[in-house]
Amino acid sequence: MDASSPPTIDIEALGFDRGAHLLVKRALSRIPPGATLRVLSCAPGFQAHLAAWCRAQGHRLAEASGMRADIVRGGYQAGRWQGAERCGKADPREPEAVAERAESRWGLAARGATVESGGPEWHFPLDCKAEVWAEEAAELYRQALAAQWDPETAVDWNARFELPDTVEDAVVQVMTYLVENENAALLIPARFLGRLHPHYREIMQLLAIQVADEARHIEVFTRRARLKRREPALSTAGGQSSLKTLFDAPDFSIASFLLSVLGEGTFVNLLRFLHAHAPDPVTGQIARLVARDEARHVAFGMAHLLHRLRREPELRSRLANAVELRYDSLAATAGLNEEVYDALVLLAAGAWSPAAIALGFEAVQALQREMAEGRRLRLQKLGFEEDQARRLAHLHTRNFM
Amino acid sequence: MTETLILGAVAYAPKVVTIWEGFKAHFAGRGLAFDYLLYSNYERQVEAQFDGTIHLAWNSPLAWLRAERMAKARGLPVDAVAMRDTDRDLTSLIVVRADAGIETLDGLRGKTVGFGAVDSPQATLIPLEHLARQGLLAGRDFSARRFDVLGGKHGDHIGGERDAALALLRGEIDAACLIDGNHLAFTADGTLTPGATRILAQTGAYDHCNFTASPGAPAGLVGRFVELLLAMSWDDPAVRPLLELEGLKQWLPGRSSGYGLLEAAVDRQGFYAPDGRILAADYRY
Repeated sequence: MDASSPPTIDIEALGFDRGAHLLVKRALSRIPPGATLRVLSCAPGFQAHLAAWCRAQGHRLAEASGMRADIVRGGYQAGRWQGAERCGKADPREPEAVAERAESRWGLAARGATVESGGPEWHFPLDCKAEVWAEEAAELYRQALAAQWDPETAVDWNARFELPDTVEDAVVQVMTYLVENENAALLIPARFLGRLHPHYREIMQLLAIQVADEARHIEVFTRRARLKRREPALSTAGGQSSLKTLFDAPDFSIASFLLSVLGEGTFVNLLRFLHAHAPDPVTGQIARLVARDEARHVAFGMAHLLHRLRREPELRSRLANAVELRYDSLAATAGLNEEVYDALVLLAAGAWSPAAIALGFEAVQALQREMAEGRRLRLQKLGFEEDQARRLAHLHTRNFM
Repeated sequence: MTETLILGAVAYAPKVVTIWEGFKAHFAGRGLAFDYLLYSNYERQVEAQFDGTIHLAWNSPLAWLRAERMAKARGLPVDAVAMRDTDRDLTSLIVVRADAGIETLDGLRGKTVGFGAVDSPQATLIPLEHLARQGLLAGRDFSARRFDVLGGKHGDHIGGERDAALALLRGEIDAACLIDGNHLAFTADGTLTPGATRILAQTGAYDHCNFTASPGAPAGLVGRFVELLLAMSWDDPAVRPLLELEGLKQWLPGRSSGYGLLEAAVDRQGFYAPDGRILAADYRY
């Protein structure tokens, strides 16, 4: 090779119909735009394909003869990436990995990817870190994945038991109520999920798993209700009104507070109660499995609110207002339906004797105190003063959720 | 009132609307009133260049030749004002099955050669001209089978070339004619198996589409149009999607020097008369 020879590659017998462009592209990337690359080849049809490829890529075929062609590199390869920007970093623990505000132009790009400019404008209303983030999300997601259970095998649906009709009716009524609540607990995060910027990947994944959890809960409660009966039992206007106030909460943090911290937190108490007083093994197994999932949902709600309250303490008064408003809007309703309340008393009583009923009634009252106490502790953990925490915890009593 | 520059374009695919709506918005943003009319075929579009309907036409190479002939017959000028970088120095290929045992063009004697649409410069007219120059005439030395998809679109639709390539693989024809880039593209998209076909011949280089200014088009508006076009940069993310849709990196000034091969083909095959009349008897558009 003489001293004036340009950089040269030999693609040998590799045709452009078999990937030769990879070699040419790599060689071109090593010379500046405007410089010449010599390509040697003994592949049949190499000239025609090289010319067509260069034309499409914006390179110039300067000279071609026999088994040799000279290409002048065009300036377009890098053009696509001018103005491109990296959107954060994949590992949320690195500095500036998670943006305070996720740009709509980042769209669906993986966090940390380099995003070409000129892409479509997306609209994700939940695009502020403060509004959705929790440091613990990745860990909670990992735990949630590890704790997934299969309703088919985790519950012994064939366990043999016979209950008196009135007790079975009570179980079916409670299951009917649980399905209703879980419908809300599925749809509320699902609605926020659809508005969340995917930059907050860990939150998106965690919400998705929560939605999957609730889908499973709806399945098992429905199956238990139908184990001995054809259809579920009663749904009251008051119960649905209560859930609708959660459903209609427009703000992610407030919804998370009402649903996860107050609602699902209380729900965990109820499920433990059901586990303790289950009249049959299936109900007991279900209550135990579901309570475990719900405790995780509460943990995320708490983690998110603690994250946001640290930056925005004034949110605390909005949370308090939300509880008051919810209480007021439900003041005229019957609250928890009578059938569910009575069913719980009967399940705890285990028999119809006056003495048993008295014990059952006392157990449900203890559950209510336990629920209020749990809410008070969580509210205090979120920074509410003890008196206010106690008052708000007691306002939240008309429906368990 | 500001005059609007009217462009004619042939609707050979739905994306044409996306392209020209994009250009319309781009020009509007730069103060050039621009609109477009869509035609179902190039023949009507070229005729519209002579009745004052359109100031400019985005013409196929064949349409450019017809416009040039009609203008000459009327003593009027037409001008190729701009073209894509990818419109220059194209070639067509005549390909055979790799194992066919056909080594030279002479090997096509007595065989069947597949072409594209009757009015396709790249897949019919220019390959036929290339074969004729090598002493091979359709009907006499080989039989020609046309894959006549969407007449009037001047081969813009890729379907004819793809159908010919598939017929070649199935052994229904012995050779197929297609533009060089499509031979590569058909391998990439799986239409052709790598190594299943071999290039038997490559035509001389020719140019493809151009923006043709109609006789009497407002020179100021056309000049501004060309100026804005040449200023479009592939590095500009706002413009790049439009250029990608049209398949180019850069607009270049028009040139009319790359149509000699097609002109010879049109004359030899009697496609258009010297005054631009359509002579091809079995041409439906």
